[in-house]
Amino acid sequence: MELLMSISIGVLFMVGTYLLLSKSIIRVVMGLLLLSHGAHLLLLTMAGLKQGMPALVDRYDQAFTDPLPQALILTAIVISFGMTSFSLAIAYRTYKFHKTDNLDELRGSNDD
Amino acid sequence: MSLTLFAVLLPFVAAIFIPLLYKWLRSVHTGWFVFVIPLVLFGYFLTFIPDVMNGNYYYHSISWVPTLGMDFSVFIDGWGLLFALLITGIGFLVVLYSIYYLDKKREALHNFYVYLLLFMGAMLGVVLSDNILVLYVFWEITSLSSMLLISYWYKREASIEGAQKSTLITVFGGFTMLGGIALLSIITGTLSIQEMIAQADTAVNHPYFLAAMILILVGAFTKSAQFPFHIWLPDAMEAPTPVSAYLHSATMVKAGIYLVARFTPFFGGTAEWFWILSSFGLITLLYGSLSAVRQKDLKSILAFSTISQLGMIMSLLGIGSAALYFDVPNEIYTGAVLAAVFHLFNHATFKGSLFMAAGIVDHETGTRDIRKLGGLMTIMPATFTISVIGAASMAGLPPFNGFLSKEKFFMALTDVTEYSIFSIESAAIWFPIVGWIASIFTFLYCAIFVFRTFGGKFKPDNFSKHVHEAPIGMLISPIILVTIVVIVGIFPNIISPVLLEPAIASIMQGVPQDHPAFNVDIYHWHGWELELFMTIAVVVLGSLLYATMRKWENFSIYQRERDPVNGLYDYGLKGLVSSSKGVTKLQMTGRLKDYLSFISVFLILLVMYTMFKFDAFGLNLAGMSEITVYEAILVLFFIVSVLAIPFIQQRVAAVAVLGFVGFYIALFFVIFRAPDVAMTQLLVETVVVILFMLAFYHLPGLRKEKDKPTFAFPRVMISVAVGITVTAVALGANAYQQGHDLIPISNYQVENSADLAGGYNVVNVVLVDYRGLDTVLELLVLGIAALAVVTLVKLRMKEGEDL
Repeated sequence: MELLMSISIGVLFMVGTYLLLSKSIIRVVMGLLLLSHGAHLLLLTMAGLKQGMPALVDRYDQAFTDPLPQALILTAIVISFGMTSFSLAIAYRTYKFHKTDNLDELRGSNDD
Repeated sequence: MSLTLFAVLLPFVAAIFIPLLYKWLRSVHTGWFVFVIPLVLFGYFLTFIPDVMNGNYYYHSISWVPTLGMDFSVFIDGWGLLFALLITGIGFLVVLYSIYYLDKKREALHNFYVYLLLFMGAMLGVVLSDNILVLYVFWEITSLSSMLLISYWYKREASIEGAQKSTLITVFGGFTMLGGIALLSIITGTLSIQEMIAQADTAVNHPYFLAAMILILVGAFTKSAQFPFHIWLPDAMEAPTPVSAYLHSATMVKAGIYLVARFTPFFGGTAEWFWILSSFGLITLLYGSLSAVRQKDLKSILAFSTISQLGMIMSLLGIGSAALYFDVPNEIYTGAVLAAVFHLFNHATFKGSLFMAAGIVDHETGTRDIRKLGGLMTIMPATFTISVIGAASMAGLPPFNGFLSKEKFFMALTDVTEYSIFSIESAAIWFPIVGWIASIFTFLYCAIFVFRTFGGKFKPDNFSKHVHEAPIGMLISPIILVTIVVIVGIFPNIISPVLLEPAIASIMQGVPQDHPAFNVDIYHWHGWELELFMTIAVVVLGSLLYATMRKWENFSIYQRERDPVNGLYDYGLKGLVSSSKGVTKLQMTGRLKDYLSFISVFLILLVMYTMFKFDAFGLNLAGMSEITVYEAILVLFFIVSVLAIPFIQQRVAAVAVLGFVGFYIALFFVIFRAPDVAMTQLLVETVVVILFMLAFYHLPGLRKEKDKPTFAFPRVMISVAVGITVTAVALGANAYQQGHDLIPISNYQVENSADLAGGYNVVNVVLVDYRGLDTVLELLVLGIAALAVVTLVKLRMKEGEDL
């Protein structure tokens, strides 16, 4: 399973990077979202998958999965949510102000 | 903290209060408060003389950064004390002079005196520190304060350029010197200069010895304006004249001399040290005096003359260092060191008075151009007298002190061949010839300085103001200096046991004090020796050249006064600016995709290199968990939907697939026994999809993307490489984990969560308890993001206001 997940994570990072290198702001935001998905899964996969039960100490009496990566991912999901909404707001404002979502057209002038 | 340490830091402490005094007591010239400090310090350092005369030294050290071996240690011996007295002595004369030179209403005095005190403290630190790293720090502060003082009139373009030039050159030298300091500490294993000197015998054979020597010398040569680094000094004349008299003739430019002499016991006695110092010194001496003749500006004449005199002292130290080649230093070579120390003192006195005289001329007439000046002899008799005495001493005429040290200089040059060491015979004939030619031109520019300014006809039309003698306050300092010139000239032996002998003793370390070489007895009449004939020839030929000046002053070589070495500097600076602009242009394209490409490529290279270096690649299929059919199908669909996203052109479809991917991930979390994460992912993904829909409502549709052909392929390549790298990291980490019996740090949390935190869901307990602070800060981040979003959506600029 770890092999399949590693490949999936690779695909997420690949597509995420491809979108990041796009000209359109909205695709860049989508790329960011995919990258954070990839990072979350990577945290989980590196610790080993499906070993033991969820870490609910009063329910089971056997080995548990490692709870620490899960806690880290929870924090990361919330932070990446904040980042995504902020990026979307920037995309919205940029378009309102400059009337374009093309990053190449948003370049500063050569003089400054 | 001992009083001596405080003495070094006093100028820095005083500098803090200067702006306040300037603000509160505007009616009093700020200089009067500053004046007290060098005066007190001068008196304080005088009390060290009896001790130092008896061959003792003062040492006190406090630990500063013990892990780096950086101690703040004050070391006062004859050589350091001579400098400390020069710094504070010339210091209070210059401050006194500046009180009359700088107008209290028009000038930004608080800036000026803060910089000046900064310099004074730093310079004291340089000459009194035994720890070489502390010395380096103070060394750089002197460069910094020099830069601030040169650019004091910062609205003049020439001031800014001069400051830039001096900073670039001296800081380059200082940085090179830091390399030499690092090598020295590797060679000797200590940062204390005196401990280094104690190891001089063994250090000579170290492979880094020569490299350390050259690096240290680059630092000393840039600071002491030796050819070809001298070009910053004439441009530094843009500073107010008190600064030129203080930093750029009497003290700061002698820091290089100080360092060279300080390290003579360490490096001296080797052929390289001898040849580098004496040849660079002589070249600088000749080049400086030839260039000084061509100058039309009084201060420029003095600047090139300073360069020339510094070269002379440097060459004397080089010749004198040969004394350490012998087991018992002989009188001939220590005579050169005596000449160096004596001339250093004399130069500070006569050059200080000449600078002040030039400042007076500038201040009272409004110009320093010798083509406009003339006939001031009767109008400014006091200034004229000061200039004549100073210039005569500089030209080496009796009975002034310059004559005595010039004689010693000639003696050192002609005696250099006495012993056949370092294969001296091959070039030694040039030593006296170069020195003698340079002295002729020294005489010539001294004559030009005095007679072009004070002789000839007075032309009132050349001056914008009414010309008169300077106020008495401005004359006090130069009069004190020329008095010293005369007294030391007539009775040279009053300073020799007090200042000169202890200074020589610390340069020629390890030699018994009763050795005849240390019995300094200076006198005028040596009999009809070669030196005397050389001086007579200098006067005759110099006068002849001045008398025929009308004939050669139209030669183009005399007309062009700009130093040709400047061309090299300009070329280098232009190249530096344009190439750094080129590099910046190459990387700062203003395109997001370029920046992200750089970051991605760098990340790939760094990670892949590390993985290769530590052989971190790995694949351990045996240790992995099994795959059910359901999961395999899930992963397949997941990969297909992710891959589809870049190809979708419809907004709604794109958001839908993005949502699919998010919910798939929630499913994965369920499978991987992470129920809390799955819940959160479901909630967050729902909100994100809604947010995307909202944004799409306002944004234009997705267009089909067309990359430039040059970017389309790299874009795919970078993306694929990132994907492969991450997969390799994930598999490698997994394989490593299978191969080693690692104990997760969360075991503690699992075992104790019920007892300590009273919670049974360990993930929750980790979030709110073990890592509670982290979660609080995460909320803060979210709060800031929310505020930012609201601001971006709601806030509007007023009419005409820019983002």
